[in-house]
Amino acid sequence: MKRIAALLRRRAITAVPVLLIVIAATFLLLEHAPGDAVDSYLVSLGGGDAKLAAELRAQYGLDQSGFARFRLYLSALARFDLGWSVAFDRPVIDLVRERLPNTLLLMASATALSFGLGSLLGIAAGARPGSLRDRALSIGALALYAVPGFWLGLVLVLFFSVQLRWLPLAGMETIASGKQGLERALDIARHLVLPVTALGFIYLALFLRVMRSGMAEVWPLDFVLFARSKGLSRTRIVWRHVARNALLPLVTVLGLQAAAMLGGSVVIESVFAIPGFGRLAQEAVSDRDAPLLVGVILTSAVLVILVNLTVDIVYALLDPRIGSGEEGA
Amino acid sequence: MRFALRFTRSGPGLIGAVILALLALAALAAPLLFPGDPLKIAGPALTAPFTDPAFPFGTDRLGRDVLAGVFHGARASLAVGLAAAFAALAIGLVVGTLAGFAGGFIDEALMRVADAFQIVPGFLLALAFVSTLGASMPTVILAIALSAWAEPARLARAEVLSIRERDYVAAARIIGMHPLEIAFREILPNALPPVLAFAAITVAGAILTEAALSFLGLGDPNVVTWGAMIAEGRNVLRAAPFLSIIPGLALVSAVLGVYLVSEGVSDALRPREGRAA
Repeated sequence: MKRIAALLRRRAITAVPVLLIVIAATFLLLEHAPGDAVDSYLVSLGGGDAKLAAELRAQYGLDQSGFARFRLYLSALARFDLGWSVAFDRPVIDLVRERLPNTLLLMASATALSFGLGSLLGIAAGARPGSLRDRALSIGALALYAVPGFWLGLVLVLFFSVQLRWLPLAGMETIASGKQGLERALDIARHLVLPVTALGFIYLALFLRVMRSGMAEVWPLDFVLFARSKGLSRTRIVWRHVARNALLPLVTVLGLQAAAMLGGSVVIESVFAIPGFGRLAQEAVSDRDAPLLVGVILTSAVLVILVNLTVDIVYALLDPRIGSGEEGA
Repeated sequence: MRFALRFTRSGPGLIGAVILALLALAALAAPLLFPGDPLKIAGPALTAPFTDPAFPFGTDRLGRDVLAGVFHGARASLAVGLAAAFAALAIGLVVGTLAGFAGGFIDEALMRVADAFQIVPGFLLALAFVSTLGASMPTVILAIALSAWAEPARLARAEVLSIRERDYVAAARIIGMHPLEIAFREILPNALPPVLAFAAITVAGAILTEAALSFLGLGDPNVVTWGAMIAEGRNVLRAAPFLSIIPGLALVSAVLGVYLVSEGVSDALRPREGRAA
């Protein structure tokens, strides 16, 4: 456990300057956006005069130098104060807190789908590298990887919601249905089938290919030859020896796709009208709500850091070599 | 020459090359075959595809020719994809070379900046950039490049770290070449291969990001793009699904073409994968 604590500490230390760079960039974005918090506050009051605006600016420190304002911004962030959303007329942090769970549910389901199905198909392809099944699955994955998620979403809606009428068109759950408990969970699950498929299928291809190429690298190794010379059955070699040793790189991909999936959820959520975090980003852009956009960017940066930290820990738990020596950044 | 021969023998590579050649031809021929503004009304609204010989792919809600849109869309898609990928690779190569060659604080600082760009989801970054600077072709290209340069930079840096200790670099130092000259004339060209291997993914990613941006209405409003056509067709998804499906198929084929070509290139470069078992 000491090994993992040390790893965690090292990662946390490198994450701090990175997060500061992101914060500085968002600060610049806010400075360049027209209007400030006082302007939007005055609008919400229904108007005010220049004297009141000046007094408020002095009160909030907005009349100070850029460096002092940056320090104020940092101290506000340290108190989890992400500012005030102009479009929603509410604190940004409340909106983030309200929307984030929906997106996390969507992303977790899509990850489970792509990781599970992708690695299984990858094993099917990697069981016999160079075979017809391998070629077919690899090319199929390539084709799938070329499909944009939002378009796949539209095609799925067209087929399953418009033509067959099996699944709901959009939304997170049936509005004002009064459903509770398990019934409500099932309703949400039915609504999420299509968006999860649209978001997860692209990464399924990624997992398939990484699994497959990992297995192709393990096959020529000595211990596989030894397992074969022992007369182990092919199935056993594929699952217990080859696939198992090719699994580790998939964990890395899990961390890498977290950021991409968060970006992808922006488009998917707007296709399926899911009131999530990604849609919040799009609403911030279309409403020209800079504080909200900055809040979304900062939250997703923190989220990606946390996911990567988790992946690092999982990786270290799975592979005892990691973190024991002085391994580089 | 051997490379070209082996490339043509790779099935996927050849198919990809044919797809891309057709799309490039469509992009080049668009202004000749469909002169005038493709955003102009050309005929009756919502003509179904394959019914009117004047509009083989039909027309949209406003009576614009879908086939003309697909042809002109190829221009936008390929141009943005190539330009953004080129910019991303160039930025990545320069930053990676500087970081790897300079080492120390400069290396640390540049790599932390690259980290920062990778921690914010690329699409969100592009979204924020376009919405702040306004939607136009150059800002879209720049936004996509900004969201994609960090990985090539990392690859270039790793390569530079292994190159900078080589003898020819030491020799260049001894004859008194300026460090920047060594970095950009001796080291950078040799750090190219791993970055170029990443080019296909960058181009494909750029095409997809551009489509997603214009699907959300953040593309240049005066340019026909496949993403914008899909978004426009979405308004009449029930009545005229072909309006979204046709440009989507064009988009998929472009991205697939890029992937297939890169598959063919790596097939041709690889001495033949061990067909173990």
